Amino acid sequence: MKTTDIVHETYTALSANRVRSSLTILGIVIGISSVIAMVSIGTGASNSISSSIQSLGSNLIQVMPGAARGGGFQAFGGRGGAKTLTQADADAIQTQVSNIAAIDPEVSGRYQVVAKGTNTNTSVVGVTSAYATIKNVQIDEGAFISDANNTSGAKVAVLGPTTRDDLFGVGTTGITGQMIRINGMEFKVIGVTVAKGGSGFTNQDDMIYIPVKTAQHYLSGDLYLTTIAIQAQTPQVMTQVQSDVTNLLLTRHKISDPTAADFSVINQNDILGAASSVTSTLTYLLAAIGGISLLVGGIGIMNMMLTTVTERTKEIGLRKAIGAKNKDISTQFLAEAVALTMIGGIIGIALGWLISYGVNITGLVKTSVSISSVLIAFGVSAAIGIVFGYYPAKRAASLNPIEALRYE
Amino acid sequence: MIEIKNITKTYGEGDTAFQALKGVTFTVKEGEFIAIMGPSGSGKSTLMNILGCLDTPSSGSYVLDGSDVSKLTDDELAKIRSEKIGFVFQMFNLLKRTSVFRNVMLPLIYDEKIDETEREVRVLACLEAAGLQREFATHLSNELSGGQIQRVAIARALVNDPKIIFADEPTGNLDTKTGEIVLGTFQQLNRESGRTIVLITHEPDVAEHADRIITVRDGLIVSDSTSHARRDIYKRSHK
Repeated sequence: MKTTDIVHETYTALSANRVRSSLTILGIVIGISSVIAMVSIGTGASNSISSSIQSLGSNLIQVMPGAARGGGFQAFGGRGGAKTLTQADADAIQTQVSNIAAIDPEVSGRYQVVAKGTNTNTSVVGVTSAYATIKNVQIDEGAFISDANNTSGAKVAVLGPTTRDDLFGVGTTGITGQMIRINGMEFKVIGVTVAKGGSGFTNQDDMIYIPVKTAQHYLSGDLYLTTIAIQAQTPQVMTQVQSDVTNLLLTRHKISDPTAADFSVINQNDILGAASSVTSTLTYLLAAIGGISLLVGGIGIMNMMLTTVTERTKEIGLRKAIGAKNKDISTQFLAEAVALTMIGGIIGIALGWLISYGVNITGLVKTSVSISSVLIAFGVSAAIGIVFGYYPAKRAASLNPIEALRYE
Repeated sequence: MIEIKNITKTYGEGDTAFQALKGVTFTVKEGEFIAIMGPSGSGKSTLMNILGCLDTPSSGSYVLDGSDVSKLTDDELAKIRSEKIGFVFQMFNLLKRTSVFRNVMLPLIYDEKIDETEREVRVLACLEAAGLQREFATHLSNELSGGQIQRVAIARALVNDPKIIFADEPTGNLDTKTGEIVLGTFQQLNRESGRTIVLITHEPDVAEHADRIITVRDGLIVSDSTSHARRDIYKRSHK
């Protein structure tokens, strides 16, 4: 058979049963579009989680008091209360570990904050000027905590935009110079940071930054640190920095067994790896749900093709009698099945793209449809046509022409 | 054209085996118009299926147009049908909601050697040969009367320029008058174009339109004679 004849026969056969063909195509459309839409949503979610982890700072290693007990989840009960890290530890890391770009000793805690009678409870972090570099903090108005603020132990504060909104009203500007009370002590506002958005773990916009010396002196009342944030120079040296820091602190804290460490060193890449394994599992799950509907659509194709073969038994008998070979018959029916899935595939890709675009507009997740997922969807729909069309086509081709002609 | 020797056909095996043909031998020369006649169950349909290369005999030999076709595979038989045989069925078997042109052309899509222009020339010529005007080509098959439908079926049987045409009860679903016209068309094809035609029927009246009548009963040939119509022509030409 010539290709033009196959196309002509396929078109005639499918248009003879418009309703049935459309419903069968609909099954494939739903399958393909759900695969595309769900994979794009999964990919989008995964991207947004990675980017918010990245926004915490690049090449970031954090040292925290308390033990890291191997793998698995654990409750960091009372971690903030464990007092094992000191400014001397931070200084030692800075001088003795190589490939460090910046280091920021931090003291954090939650305190009651009051401004002109407005009240909020938020986290107050004592930081140095390095914090802004390490954690990608940008200043919207005023200035960030400077080294001079730290040396003098100045009672100055930089507000996150959410805290600013809570204390002074949404979007208020020109608040530098205003006074706020943290834990009953007066602090002067010297700046407001740019919104970064929630990271999923902590909201970096709902924070107040003050000099770390000030935090130790007025708020925590001791010289311990709650976090040492370290920025490695390149992603390649992160493992080296992590192990050097661990070894140095073990020596300093006189601990010989690493499992008994009274601190934990967390590499940002580990968090990123864990998060991306979670999100890729999520993406697979979503793709599997779409895949199931695609499978159901494929069974719909097979069902329709079997019905068609039965209905057209006499026609098959005639075609064979006038010279059609088995291959001609199977090609014709296979072409019909493939045409159904290809049409369904094309419409499905368009619909999936549209759904993904719609989700994008709602702003919940920034979705992205990759060309590879479109190509895979298209290939899969063609493959479904062949797989589910093969059996009915084979059945049609194997009909005996004499019996088929006599079929009523 | 057709030489069959000792053809038998057995269906089933063992105790349930049924022998539909019990050794049939005859020859058909090119340009003959024969009728195979017999009541239902006589084995005439089985005989036609074998002669038409839709089936192969259990034993015996069948030489069609110089080549033995009794032991061919399905696809080889399909090729023979495509190149040498035309069929006209009792039930017409046209494709529904499809143009007359497309219906007549159908056998040609299984023969890749024939191009578009050749297709059109052949279809129109065959419509005329079957007694239909060219204008019918654009009609849909379901818009036609019974007689017209059977003529379209005849045109379809002619389109691959077959060596031989098999007509299985071609008038079975037509009224007598229309049946006569269709049988006239077969006679015309035989006498004017020299086509070899094998007509299968259970009606003696219909069989009489052929030149030679082979009567089959219980899987055997019981008579092989020249028809009255032929004898009349013979008499007239020898007066």
